[in-house]
Amino acid sequence: MSSIISLSGIQKYYGDYHALRGIDLEIKQGEFFSLLGPSGCGKTTLLRVIAGFEGVSEGVLLLDGADMARVPANKRPTNMVFQSYAIFPHLTVGQNVAFGLRKKGLSKDDMAKAAAEALEMVGLAGYGDRAAHALSGGQRQRVALARALVLKPKVLLLDEPLSALDKKMREQMQSELRRLQRQVGITFILVTHDQEEALIMSDRIAVMFEGEIAQMASPQELYRRPATRRVGEFIGVMNFLEAKQTGTSEKTISFDVEGLGAAEIGIDQFPEGARASADVVGLRPEALSILFEGQKTSGRVADATVQDLAYYGDMTYYEVTLEGSSTPVTISMKNLISRPVLERGTKTRVQWDERSLVIFAA
Amino acid sequence: MNWLRVYAIVYLVFLYLPVLLLPVFSFNDATVIAFPLQGFTTQWFKELAGISALHGALKNSLFIGIVSATLSTILGICAARASTRYRFPFKAPIMGAIMLPLVLPEIIVAVSLLVVLMQLGFSLTSWTVIMGHTLICTPFAIAILSSSFQGLDQSLEEAAVDLGETRWGAFSKIILPLVTPGIVASFLIAFTISMDEFIIAFFLTGADPTLPVYIWSQLRFPKRLPSVMALGTLLIVASLVLLSVAEYFRRRGIRRTGAKDSGGFL
Amino acid sequence: MLLLLAVPLATIFAFSFWSQDFLSIDRTLTLKNYREAFTDPIYRVFLLRSLWISGVVTVVTVVLAFPIAYFVSFHVPPERKALWIFLITIPFWTSYLLRAFLWKVILGFNGVLNSGLLGLGIIDEPLTFILYNTNAVVITLAHAFAPFTILPIYVALEKIDRSLLEASQDLGEGTARTFFRVTLPLAMPGVVAATLIVFIPTIGDYVTPRLVGGPDGLMIANMIQTQFLKLNNAPMGAALSVLAMGAVTLISLIFLFANRRFLK
Ligand SMILES: Nc1ncnc2c1ncn2[C@@H]1O[C@H](COP(=O)(O)OP(=O)(O)OP(=O)(O)O)[C@@H](O)[C@H]1O
Ligand SMILES: [Mg+2]
Repeated sequence: MSSIISLSGIQKYYGDYHALRGIDLEIKQGEFFSLLGPSGCGKTTLLRVIAGFEGVSEGVLLLDGADMARVPANKRPTNMVFQSYAIFPHLTVGQNVAFGLRKKGLSKDDMAKAAAEALEMVGLAGYGDRAAHALSGGQRQRVALARALVLKPKVLLLDEPLSALDKKMREQMQSELRRLQRQVGITFILVTHDQEEALIMSDRIAVMFEGEIAQMASPQELYRRPATRRVGEFIGVMNFLEAKQTGTSEKTISFDVEGLGAAEIGIDQFPEGARASADVVGLRPEALSILFEGQKTSGRVADATVQDLAYYGDMTYYEVTLEGSSTPVTISMKNLISRPVLERGTKTRVQWDERSLVIFAA
Repeated sequence: MNWLRVYAIVYLVFLYLPVLLLPVFSFNDATVIAFPLQGFTTQWFKELAGISALHGALKNSLFIGIVSATLSTILGICAARASTRYRFPFKAPIMGAIMLPLVLPEIIVAVSLLVVLMQLGFSLTSWTVIMGHTLICTPFAIAILSSSFQGLDQSLEEAAVDLGETRWGAFSKIILPLVTPGIVASFLIAFTISMDEFIIAFFLTGADPTLPVYIWSQLRFPKRLPSVMALGTLLIVASLVLLSVAEYFRRRGIRRTGAKDSGGFL
Repeated sequence: MLLLLAVPLATIFAFSFWSQDFLSIDRTLTLKNYREAFTDPIYRVFLLRSLWISGVVTVVTVVLAFPIAYFVSFHVPPERKALWIFLITIPFWTSYLLRAFLWKVILGFNGVLNSGLLGLGIIDEPLTFILYNTNAVVITLAHAFAPFTILPIYVALEKIDRSLLEASQDLGEGTARTFFRVTLPLAMPGVVAATLIVFIPTIGDYVTPRLVGGPDGLMIANMIQTQFLKLNNAPMGAALSVLAMGAVTLISLIFLFANRRFLK
């Protein structure tokens, strides 16, 4: 498949401030792509560069193979759903949705029909005559979507479209957006600082820090094999334990891991360039489990003491220290009828698996 | 609580006292402005119709008011847009300097303009008054329009461009309609200020006086006072009409954008 | 626009250092005007009187206006507030000139007040202490600037989060002490704005002192006007303008500085 968007060497300066530091990115037709990163890392800037609201200081941007350097925002085959939705308050819902159609040279009837269809698609059939300012947050969001989708852009850009909604509404819109994207087959680029949202919705995610892409991968890959410690920390919860390299063989490298002891890690588990420099390994909370009385072990075991716990109903998160280490380690356990919830200070044993250790690039 | 309400009512009486006297004396059948009242007459209003100097002054004032209000509103739009949309060097000091006439005693504006005009050898005409009035009205226009422009989400304009409009199309289709109430309000207030302004007009006017300058000249003649009262009454009625129009536009603007009504003018 | 403002101000500044003989202007720099302004008692009297009157007007206006702003903000139901503000502003859409003149009519020897009070038998002979002196100027100006003081204070009061007042009472403060410890400090930005809005323009007011001030109520603006239009001594007028401006700026800055802790 060919790339619908291709960025190479994009640099952006605001005066002295270096907002984008060499972005390279290929996004395929029909992909649901997310830009994820902490506040101020340049996600919005990158999106606005693609939309044409910001020029670039350096680099090339191709949209469907065409160089966009001289194409103004209103001529680009992209449309945007703004964080504030930017619904025109003096127009009706229908006029808002039909706003961009006027430039397409459609007849009045065709325009009305297209607008009505778009409204139906987002679940707002019959809202065309409503005043735009009399809508709820979720409805505004849908109008903004319909207004952009009705133009059948090659790429739809969404800047934190769900951040203004409450939790329930957000979850509902997440699945709805996903469904819509599959239905229309348009490439979506979603900006978010919510890692959970990115994982749930995307085919691929680019994690950005300070104007640079730290890692670009599928949600699973990103979660299981974060390339850097920072990515690992940013996405989900990750424990970090000190590790000393003790030997190498053809297929594996041996480590002595703080609190866990010797571990052999397959070379194929290493991200590129990680090799010799690793002095810390990462471990997800679910990669460790507490051994309850009478349970059989099926992997490696270490002694631990429960320091603290947080009870979530379906899950309990334990904070333990491993024997011979003072680093707190988080373990998540599903709560079952047969399992007690341990108390603070309980001595217990934890089970772990060498295959779930993560090594980072330097 | 109760004494506060009483105080508020007394205060309102104080505020309205002089204004209410205007219509009272303009219908009073006596040449002296004093109590007790002498009976009802519309003579003073009829007299107004026959004073051609007054008509000239009125026309002149209307002309000056309309031109200064237009100029200051246009300048206000540019300045308000520049200050809310763009960043530029020395923005704060420049905006501060533009707003300066708001706090400068008017006499200073008047004499300094006069001095410059004298130096440059300009003769005093309606246009010199317009210059002065534009200068003092612009800060008001900027203040009103800035709040209109600031209330706008900047992404509205970008959204229009994103949907295929040109920059100008986005401005005219989205921004202008949304700030129209502000523009109308700014125009009306600038117009009112200009119509009412005395000192600058007094210093800068040429052969044709403005309405306030004309009124000033009439205040010296006791015989003319009743008709001046009648004129004042008409002016109140006119400004109440203008005010209602302005308020209507403001309400409409609020209804349009669905914002909450948050108080009256200014 | 900037030029329109900067050039006149610069010129007047320059002018104040020149001198004039009848119709010709001597452009050699001189401090003569300033020396004269400071030594000739008449100018000093005018300047000081202007500052004094402006100060009194400011205090009177703000003190009178605060309870109104407070009343509208705290005791008027929300849906009636706009109406009250409207009521307060309406009188100010009549010609300022006429309003000042009407005060002359009201306060005059056989004016409305005196003829009314005489008619009612409350006084036996007309009150004379109210017209053609500084009292009249203060009354008229306090009236003229009423909405300009009420509005900023009202806006500041409206911004006060009502739960702060409840918090104060919750913490054991009575109504009066809540007012002085919470409401008033939070309303100070409005009060400061109102003060400046009244103080600065009143210094340069021409109409009111001329109409109701009498010989003892004239202010610096009248003197400036005389210098410019009657005595043809523009440089002296310019020097007085610069002095007036300087005094206003200085006092405003001192006032702002004194209140800086409220303005963060
Ligand atoms: N017009 C501008 N001029 C100067 N600096 C800017 C401008 N726009 C953005 N920046 C800076 O660029 C950096 C990246 O901004 P951007 O809006 O892209 O962040 P973001 O990742 O979208 O953050 P958020 O999650 O808070 O929206 C920020 O530090 C911001 O201050
Ligand atoms: Mg952003």
